[in-house]
Amino acid sequence: MENTRATRVIDPETGSNYDVAHEKSPVFYDTYERKADLRHQTHYCPGCGHGIVHKLIAEGIEELGIKDKTIFVSPVGCSVFAYYYFDVGNVQAAHGRASAAATAVKRACPDKVVLSYQGDGDLAAIGTAEIIHAANRGEKIAVFFVNNGIYGMTGGQMAPTTLVGQKSTTTPWGRHPAGEGFPLHMSELLSTLEAPTYIERVALCDNKNIMRARRAVRHALELQRDNAGFSFVEILSPCPTIWGKDPVEARAWVSDGMIPVFPLALFRDRKPEMPVVPEPPQRPVADVLELTTSRDAAEPQKSLAADHHSFSHIGIKIAGFGGQGVLLLGQLLTEMGMREHLEVSWLPSYGPEMRSGSAHCHVCLSKERVGSPLVSAPDVLVAMNEISLHKFAREVVPGGLILYNGSNLPEGFDDSEVHVVCIPAGEIADVVGSPKAANIVMLGALLEATECLNSETAMQVLEAKVKKVQLLEIDRKALTAGRDYIDHQVGAVSQPDGFA
Amino acid sequence: MRQLCKGNIALMKGAILAGCRAFYGYPITPASEIAESAALYLPQIGGTFLQAESEVAAINMVYGAASAGVRVMTASSGPGISLMQEGISYLAGAELPCVIVDVMRGGPGLGNIAPEQSDYTAMVKGGGHGNYRNIVLAPASVQEMAELTLLAFELADKYRNPAVVLADGFVGQMMEPLELEYRNAELPEKPWAVKGTVETRRNLISSIYLEPDGLEEHQRRLEAKYIRAQEFECRHEAYCTQDAEVLLVGFGIVSRVLLSTVEALRRDGVRAGMFRPITLWPYPSRALAKAASKAQNVLVVELNNGQMFEDVRLAINGEVPVKFFGRVGGNVPSVEELKEIVMSFAHPSRNRFDATAAHHTEEKAIDPYSMLVS
Ligand SMILES: Cc1ncc(C[n+]2csc(CCOP(=O)(O)OP(=O)(O)O)c2C)c(N)n1
Ligand code: SF4
Repeated sequence: MENTRATRVIDPETGSNYDVAHEKSPVFYDTYERKADLRHQTHYCPGCGHGIVHKLIAEGIEELGIKDKTIFVSPVGCSVFAYYYFDVGNVQAAHGRASAAATAVKRACPDKVVLSYQGDGDLAAIGTAEIIHAANRGEKIAVFFVNNGIYGMTGGQMAPTTLVGQKSTTTPWGRHPAGEGFPLHMSELLSTLEAPTYIERVALCDNKNIMRARRAVRHALELQRDNAGFSFVEILSPCPTIWGKDPVEARAWVSDGMIPVFPLALFRDRKPEMPVVPEPPQRPVADVLELTTSRDAAEPQKSLAADHHSFSHIGIKIAGFGGQGVLLLGQLLTEMGMREHLEVSWLPSYGPEMRSGSAHCHVCLSKERVGSPLVSAPDVLVAMNEISLHKFAREVVPGGLILYNGSNLPEGFDDSEVHVVCIPAGEIADVVGSPKAANIVMLGALLEATECLNSETAMQVLEAKVKKVQLLEIDRKALTAGRDYIDHQVGAVSQPDGFA
Repeated sequence: MRQLCKGNIALMKGAILAGCRAFYGYPITPASEIAESAALYLPQIGGTFLQAESEVAAINMVYGAASAGVRVMTASSGPGISLMQEGISYLAGAELPCVIVDVMRGGPGLGNIAPEQSDYTAMVKGGGHGNYRNIVLAPASVQEMAELTLLAFELADKYRNPAVVLADGFVGQMMEPLELEYRNAELPEKPWAVKGTVETRRNLISSIYLEPDGLEEHQRRLEAKYIRAQEFECRHEAYCTQDAEVLLVGFGIVSRVLLSTVEALRRDGVRAGMFRPITLWPYPSRALAKAASKAQNVLVVELNNGQMFEDVRLAINGEVPVKFFGRVGGNVPSVEELKEIVMSFAHPSRNRFDATAAHHTEEKAIDPYSMLVS
């Protein structure tokens, strides 16, 4: 086995470089077969912090014995190819989205160890929202945040963590806070959140600090092994290539340039307190989806032969103010039609317009498959207010029926081509117990006037929908009152043409 | 058992019957009921629902869950779909199966929440970067919201590719009888997934192919897969096309209006037929060409400025004149409106409106701003 190889080591005291042969962690592949060439060395530049962080993570995984249960989510940045090296499950995510992807990987595999590895452009610029929200949800993932103050992969543009005055290819005169803001402190920012369990900032500036980083990485991994919560390790890391320094100078710059701006600290190491909230009940799928026949399921009307209806198709439009129960009235009719073995559809006006303004819906009752669910030429219009009457009356087919909620038609309304019946539904509803039942009064009137559906079915549907006994009683009275009004006050209504 | 159900809710019921146990999404009208029912159902059956911080996060969560091999979905509408496009490209590149629902609304920009079909191009031709395809299914009824979602999960897994259910505000918001039976979903093995196990440790989910030859080979493989889908997965519905002199073509909610229009036209003695692609990608071009072969005229009707129109013209390839009529902004043409339009060219002499005015449009070049073009 190819488990040993030479690594370039820099002596922090003397600054001299030398190669050592050492045991490579078995969490790394023996050879990097996913690379195109040079399969015995990494693609990182000499002195790059990524290589050190990789090593610390690999050793931590090895020590904890979690190699087989670890999933590593890699970012876009110089470490995009982390999967060349780690012999664990690998998922490569889009730029900035590693912590979002890791969130869902973890939720799909709740007993596994999920790591998100991200650079400062990836995590602190394009992926700011994703990291803040993953942290705020306390996702049980470990995030390793490699802060090198620059965009390495794309050749040295400014990062959110670039220091004030630091030159980059997009801040050629140095980062100016007036235009580019100040360096973003991610560890401090995340420390304002309740949910994270562990947040620490470490630096790869010398051996002592590398040992500290090693402990931090290991602690973050332990927390994952124990499923203990969100861990975040920010690692100040050298990028000699872009910084234009040799590896030794680069390490010195981490301590001299970066640490004063990004102080090393343990920001958080405790489990968040979780309040007790109710857990969702666990139920069989068929029950949850209401696929089992329940007490008030849509038991079809057995007494009615499928072909008892005298029409082949009726289109009904119901319109009024939001809050008048216009949509519900349509739903009741639709449900009734379904129970009477008809093909039916209900199409609402939808969205915010319904909050205060007008609402309307289209109902089709048909013996055949319903084509257009849009009722552009209604056989029946139920107009719950004057505005709707004016708006939709002219759509009604010649010879059609309009049921208008009011005592009289508005002045000058032309009813020469349609039958119009005025029903003071609001007043009738008031008498039976609630002004809100005006829609049910209209339902009663509609059933009596058109005989399109059976009023027994209406009661069945109401019984299934209305859970409160008192309200159901009011609805029953409202339904009867609507029918009686047509029967006694209006007399025979000439039925809409075509389905009488 | 039949239950009266809203399209969006039926869709989620279908998804769960398909074995979907993970939903990541962000609210938007007119798709929100899908997220809301996922939030209600999934936690009760051991599934995962998460309201993400954005559609960008949501689609990348879908990426994560799909990487781990679970059946996962998201649902959104126009503006949210725009935000998801990068993620969809990654999903296609990494060959991750998932279902993306777009309940289309009016655009561009914030537009409005009324129904349009203006995301056809974005979903069928791919709105993200790179060479890829989505499998796209277009339901026209509440029942199909459930059934085509079930199918979408099957096809997504079969082809290891994102599958899109492209609905519109009306199909999502309307209620119709839904008939679903409980069945145990058969979940395919996914040996390629990353699950944090010894067996899957060597697996990698990625869309990177650094070497030009490697990326070309990868894309050739994707292409082969797409060709297979084109061969086997085209679906359509044809209604009264056998003897049709006028063929009406539309998808989703429009096909319902076309169905009624065909009936109305036939009552008036015009031999009309309707062709509805159910799969928008792969597009049922061969079936369409066949259905149109005896027609004198083809009229494409859409709630957009002629996005599918192009595919119809490609399929028919100049054999029959193809006209287009579109309404946008949330307006849906009525049966009466469409009947008049068909009469204007099918039987100009019987048309009570000015036939010359309608004829005039035939001379015009394709002008996207003119809604009736030929
Ligand atoms: C959406 C998108 N925008 C831009 C890029 C280009 N890009 C790739 S890596 C990167 C920055 C990487 O910087 P950082 O996260 O700091 O990682 P480093 O390379 O320094 O390790 C950028 C902008 C991309 N891949 N995707
Ligand atoms: S450019 Fe910088 S971050 Fe990237 S590999 Fe080289 S040293 Fe490391």
